[in-house]
Amino acid sequence: MTAPDTRRIMCAVLVALLPGVLLQCYWFGLGTLTNLGLAVGFGIAAEFLLLRCRARPVLPAIADGTVVVTCSLIAIALPPGTAWPILLIASVTALGLGKHAYGGTGYNLFNPAMVGYAVVLVSFPAALGWPPATGLEIDAATGPTLLESFKYRSAQTVAEVWQAEAGFGRFGGFGVEWVNLGYLVGGLLLLAWRIIDWRVPVAMLIGMAVIAMLGYDGGSSASLGSPVMHWFSGATMLTAFFIATDPVTCPSSGRGRLLFGALIGTVIMMIRSWGGYPDGVAFAVLLGNAVAPLIDRYIGIVDTQRRLPPDSVG
Amino acid sequence: MLDLGLIFVAAVLVNNFVLTQFLGLCPFVGVTGRLDNALAMGAATAFVLTLSAAVTHLLEHLVLVPLDLEYLRVLTFIVIIASLVQLTQVTVRAISPLLHQVLGIYLPLITTNCAVLGVALLSLGQGFDFVDTLVYAFGASIGFTLVMVVFAAMREQLVEAQLPVAFRGAPIVLLSAGLLSLAFMGFRGIGS
Repeated sequence: MTAPDTRRIMCAVLVALLPGVLLQCYWFGLGTLTNLGLAVGFGIAAEFLLLRCRARPVLPAIADGTVVVTCSLIAIALPPGTAWPILLIASVTALGLGKHAYGGTGYNLFNPAMVGYAVVLVSFPAALGWPPATGLEIDAATGPTLLESFKYRSAQTVAEVWQAEAGFGRFGGFGVEWVNLGYLVGGLLLLAWRIIDWRVPVAMLIGMAVIAMLGYDGGSSASLGSPVMHWFSGATMLTAFFIATDPVTCPSSGRGRLLFGALIGTVIMMIRSWGGYPDGVAFAVLLGNAVAPLIDRYIGIVDTQRRLPPDSVG
Repeated sequence: MLDLGLIFVAAVLVNNFVLTQFLGLCPFVGVTGRLDNALAMGAATAFVLTLSAAVTHLLEHLVLVPLDLEYLRVLTFIVIIASLVQLTQVTVRAISPLLHQVLGIYLPLITTNCAVLGVALLSLGQGFDFVDTLVYAFGASIGFTLVMVVFAAMREQLVEAQLPVAFRGAPIVLLSAGLLSLAFMGFRGIGS
């Protein structure tokens, strides 16, 4: 892929993020904008230093926009108004360990943004709770999100917990449902512009829906929650259309991408339903990235660029 | 039934022996340079691991505990595992020379795989009965093989990357292992 091509794609991705980001600002305050400014600033500074260390030309690499997209995804995924050291650690980890250690964009095994996000998530879990959406009457600085209330509900049916807890909206998390809708619209734009492959998001959303349906059992106290609730809460739509679709870290064949998407959807549901983290998109994407080379090996590689060398000594 | 399922899932994913308990790291780093080698090593280890967990469980409850000889546990377990590996090697050579050729050099290596001894000792610590132990050991084997195969495919893809000089060789392998372990941290809490 040539540089102007990459820049065009990255600009399109940033434009497609806009509806979701604006809705996120509307529901959760302007903290998302400070996140964006800080993370992108740290990211460009880190990229500059890393490129200098590697003795690579600095300007073209920064101008192609991949750094801005990586850091924007981190900034959006983290709760609004995250402390700057956390944003710094996330951005530097993403670019340093996720990207440049592997030789830069195109060679990275893992999605850099998710490497940075997962590192700060396991390091500072307490500092990364989401604030309640505006209009929610909760006193605490960080109210339980829909996924948290849902996971820790005690013996309530789905309908009961929906009424009792303030974190629930019309069809997903209060406020979060509209943010997810915003990213869905952006994702559909990317599909319309033929920038992302439909297979990954579709397979991921269907994978989530299948698991949710299997565990739904009419909404009893032990059920998993409806597919629509899971689609429109947490970071589902952002992951499906903007994160999992990264062409470098997903399998190259069509069938491989279907499998990859379904795997990510399944792991997200496993973590949401039975795991210790309220939402597990970063881990699910990293696991998908890790399995992608194996999927390529067994399902076949369409893209000849990724064909394997004959022998490598163990 | 549900309990057995939980034991299995926990052993495969949540408490994966390689990535969350850091046992069996030698083959994980040493034999994952190529996918076919990793698969053969994983399969051979899986077989010996399950068998040795079963035998050591019987030994513990039929011999060591009744005779008050628990202090010989580690010593006897190592002997049992080493003999099982030898037995497997002889049997495989007699029954299927082809399989012996594939597994050949990996079988003796299993003797020193700490995951094999680890599973035998850890399953005792959890108070498992015989069936629990079998499921636990089988889950551990599947988890080990899965991680070996996934990591080998990752490393084969890394071969063509233009890595910075400082990260070539061992550093990138260890960094990738760390990131894979980070991904597995997402399973934390499942089944508890």
